[in-house]
Amino acid sequence: MAWLAFSIIALVILNSGLNVVKSTDLVHTVFWLALTLLGTAALFVHLDAEFLAAVQVLLYTGGVVTLMLFGVMLTRRIDGVRILHESGDKGRALACSLAVFGAIATAIYRSKQTAHAVAMDLPDTEILGQYFLQEMVLPFELLSLLLLAAMVGAIALARKKDA
Amino acid sequence: MTEIFATPPGLTAYLLLGAMLFSIGLYGVLTRKNTLAILVAIELMANAVNINLVAFSRFSGSIQGQSFALFSIALTVAEVVIGLAIVVLMYRSHKSIEADAPTALRG
Repeated sequence: MAWLAFSIIALVILNSGLNVVKSTDLVHTVFWLALTLLGTAALFVHLDAEFLAAVQVLLYTGGVVTLMLFGVMLTRRIDGVRILHESGDKGRALACSLAVFGAIATAIYRSKQTAHAVAMDLPDTEILGQYFLQEMVLPFELLSLLLLAAMVGAIALARKKDA
Repeated sequence: MTEIFATPPGLTAYLLLGAMLFSIGLYGVLTRKNTLAILVAIELMANAVNINLVAFSRFSGSIQGQSFALFSIALTVAEVVIGLAIVVLMYRSHKSIEADAPTALRG
């Protein structure tokens, strides 16, 4: 049963991920990315990380995908569908990514720890909140500072000079 | 083969899924010419890393993997915001968002 759920989710993630890099329409690419991120949220639920799944849906599928669509609309010409251009170097890119995958897979199979790992009971969201506001409170606050800096930086970069 | 499927999927299955997604994202970064599409492919790679972090958290029984994934999600959002601002700037100055368009520093 767990294998069935995992296989379905993995199939959705990999298929939409492949479409993200293959699709020639920029809008389609962004929507395939949304499906990949939703599949990842499902995988998080499967891995007992419900809070992260909610964050994933809210931030990624809600925020990032909307931002990306804004970016697409702001930078494409009004008439007709803008076609993506791929470079002619697909062969070398394929070889490169296959080599990286081979390296990671070899590392996974060589490590003794992963072979014998068993699933354990995970603390719930309450523990996660306490962990964030007690042990990790300084990094947590720094993160909000970083988000503020990113927001101010984005506005400063993208605004028109005479405005 | 059957004894593998008798037990629930182990850590290796999740790590392999993450590795596949990472390689797909890398292929996208290397082939795309549109900067927005490159940004989308980078999102794919960051997502693969998050899958790994949550899987490690699940199989070690500790909360740290999940908190790392949360930090990583927030950092990626900040990266996307800045990246999109740069893309919009590039469109304004070059009227194109192809990665080959900015050539001011070409020797």
